[in-house]
Amino acid sequence: MARAEATAAAESEAELRPANGQIVDPAALDRLKKFYRDMLLIRRFEEKAGQLYGMGLIGGFCHLYIGQEAVVVGMQAALRPDDQVITTYRDHGHILACGMEPAGVMAELTGRATGYSKGKGGSMHMFSREKNFFGGHGIVGANVPIGTGLAFANRYRSNGAVCLTYFGDGAANQGQVFEAFNMAELWKLPVVYIIENNQYAMGTAVSRSTAEVQLYKRGASHNIPGEAVDGMDVERVYEAGQKAIQWAREGKGPYILEMKTYRYRGHSMSDPAKYRTREEVQQVREKYDPIDTFGARLVRAGVFREDDLKALDREVRQIINRAAEFATESPEPAPEQLYTDVLK
Amino acid sequence: MTQILMPALSPTMEEGKLARWHVKEGDVVKAGDILAEIETDKATMEFEAIDAGRIAKILVPEGAEGIKVNAPIAELAQDGEETGAPPAHAAASAQAPPTRSAAPIDPGSPPGQVLPRSGIGISSREIPAGAEFVTMTVRDALRDAMAEEMRRDESVFLMGEEVAQYQGAYKVSQGLLEEFGERRVIDTPITEQGFAGLGIGAAFGGLKPIVEFMTFNFAMQAMDQLVNSAAKTLYMSGGQMGCAIVFRGPNGPAARVAAQHSQDFSSWYAHVPGLKVISPYFAADAKGLLKAAIRDPNPVIFLENEIVYGRSFPVPKLDDFLLPIGKARVVREGAHVTLVAHSISVGLIMEAADVLAKEGIEAELIDLRSLRPLDTATVVESVKKTNRIVTVEQGWRVCSIGSEIAAVVVEEAFDYLDAPPLRIAGKDVPMPYAANLERMALPSVDDIVAAAKAVCYR
Repeated sequence: MARAEATAAAESEAELRPANGQIVDPAALDRLKKFYRDMLLIRRFEEKAGQLYGMGLIGGFCHLYIGQEAVVVGMQAALRPDDQVITTYRDHGHILACGMEPAGVMAELTGRATGYSKGKGGSMHMFSREKNFFGGHGIVGANVPIGTGLAFANRYRSNGAVCLTYFGDGAANQGQVFEAFNMAELWKLPVVYIIENNQYAMGTAVSRSTAEVQLYKRGASHNIPGEAVDGMDVERVYEAGQKAIQWAREGKGPYILEMKTYRYRGHSMSDPAKYRTREEVQQVREKYDPIDTFGARLVRAGVFREDDLKALDREVRQIINRAAEFATESPEPAPEQLYTDVLK
Repeated sequence: MTQILMPALSPTMEEGKLARWHVKEGDVVKAGDILAEIETDKATMEFEAIDAGRIAKILVPEGAEGIKVNAPIAELAQDGEETGAPPAHAAASAQAPPTRSAAPIDPGSPPGQVLPRSGIGISSREIPAGAEFVTMTVRDALRDAMAEEMRRDESVFLMGEEVAQYQGAYKVSQGLLEEFGERRVIDTPITEQGFAGLGIGAAFGGLKPIVEFMTFNFAMQAMDQLVNSAAKTLYMSGGQMGCAIVFRGPNGPAARVAAQHSQDFSSWYAHVPGLKVISPYFAADAKGLLKAAIRDPNPVIFLENEIVYGRSFPVPKLDDFLLPIGKARVVREGAHVTLVAHSISVGLIMEAADVLAKEGIEAELIDLRSLRPLDTATVVESVKKTNRIVTVEQGWRVCSIGSEIAAVVVEEAFDYLDAPPLRIAGKDVPMPYAANLERMALPSVDDIVAAAKAVCYR
């Protein structure tokens, strides 16, 4: 026993003195480890969701977040608990990053009573009042004015909270996004707009849909500062997020972060993927995968050993398997649920 | 001598107040000089001379109210004309077209008088005995409702186009900026989809927004937010989110503004689960229901009517007058035929009932007040008594409020019907501009009388 404790102490000592000799403070170390674990959890969750979809246990539209994990994990780490988050229909990663349980999310995907929306929302409509996660919106662009309105409420109350409003490169072309930008800057609302540019709006490449492909410039005519960020690197995301959130929290108004990222899977499960080559996807996976590259970096820095990564993966897979069991064994909503929650 | 006439300064203006003369008799004026300030139902506006000349005579004193459009207000002597010469036939200064004769302004009562409860849109069950009434316009009743709720609850705020500095495009928000300041009375850019969505987000964040659409014609731009975001999020989130918000503004045909600015959207909103829809006629209902709408935890579509804003009705003088959403009211009892309407059409069925009474037909009049929930029970109960029904509305007939009521009456009171239900509605065309065509496109008292007689086989 004493020996085991001594070994553990030695290991944590090793973590504090990584291979490059740089001293890392413990809080930063914990954050790096959490980044890795949170990204891995989303990855494994989404893989399992894809599997369950193939088995017919998840229906309708199912948009997987695989490849984009660094964006939501890095941003979430820069938030305060009273800040808000709102996003589009590709929302599994966001609700998990907010700290909700995989079981409740997976049960929503399978349409069960134990899902976070009681099985009435499904894949595209995740919400958590508890974690200030405001969904989960299926109409491209519509969540952008809503997120701006959450920021409006923050300013109205002077509560110092900031709303993170995520949307994709496709939504960036919606008129109401510009309407929201205008009011956000006009009234200096505490909102950070995160454009998750995964290169394809459904099947249309950004260059085929967008006159100016540098989407971080989208706020220029409203005087909103914008910045392009390597969305495949969780540490870069975190740094940019901190800066943008501070800007908004200080009352300087909105900030735009364009996250250059990539989705490996189709737009939804029924995507024929005729618009890009397998080689393109493979190349990104091999060179830029946010989890693999970050894991390798942590190993090189001595934060993790290869064995630690394997152990973490086993642990996460177990959590996801339990979530899948829970989601497939839970009952469907009771028939009387059809008529509840229409009005308060 | 040329007569200067009272100008029509808004599409719905029928009369106005001569607030102030800027000229006096004997003054020489040239085109573009300000002659007077005219106060309309919407705003106080300066009125300019079109022709040069000398003000020969002022016919209407400063401060005079209720001056009809096209009434002579002054005489102008031109090019050496002498004062006292007979007036020319041409109306030089005010080229207002003759306005469409709308339903007459319902007579009000002096302030403070205790009124009888029948025929004035007040239900005895909803007002405590002995309550005093004051006469006020629907416009002022709406303003008072907002002001009272804003005083009561700090999380209530008003936003929309021209609601603050301009005092409201239709003057409904008059004085609110002065009382509550620019934090709570907010002029928005012209960006309906954007500010509708922003309001919904603010409501998710726990505020209670009142979002004014200048008219509901423009709310079409925001339809996605109203239906997909406001109405559905409570359900999609399994009851977690909710959205206490009021979208209000004038709905339905105005006057002479053509197809894109003249449309009744009642049945569009009434179709959507997750919304509540209110469309009052009387000032008391406007006040009591708007206050209830602001306190309601759900998204409420509050459909007003531009032409009705200036009509005056008694309103109970109570500190906190609330009415239940989802209850129709029998405005007048009758045995022979049920006439059902909402909003401005209530005025039409009241007029039609007077005509019918002279011919021995006693009509029972129902003001729906709310369109979702729709109080079909009150309608069905009435039809079981009268055995006949005519519905009246401004909107198009296909998939209309009348269609829904007719269907429910047939389902629930089929055996009581002595005639098929009839629907009087707007004609199935975009609203024309020409005065005669516009008149034809809208339901008239004559249409209603004819339909009521038809279902009575008279």
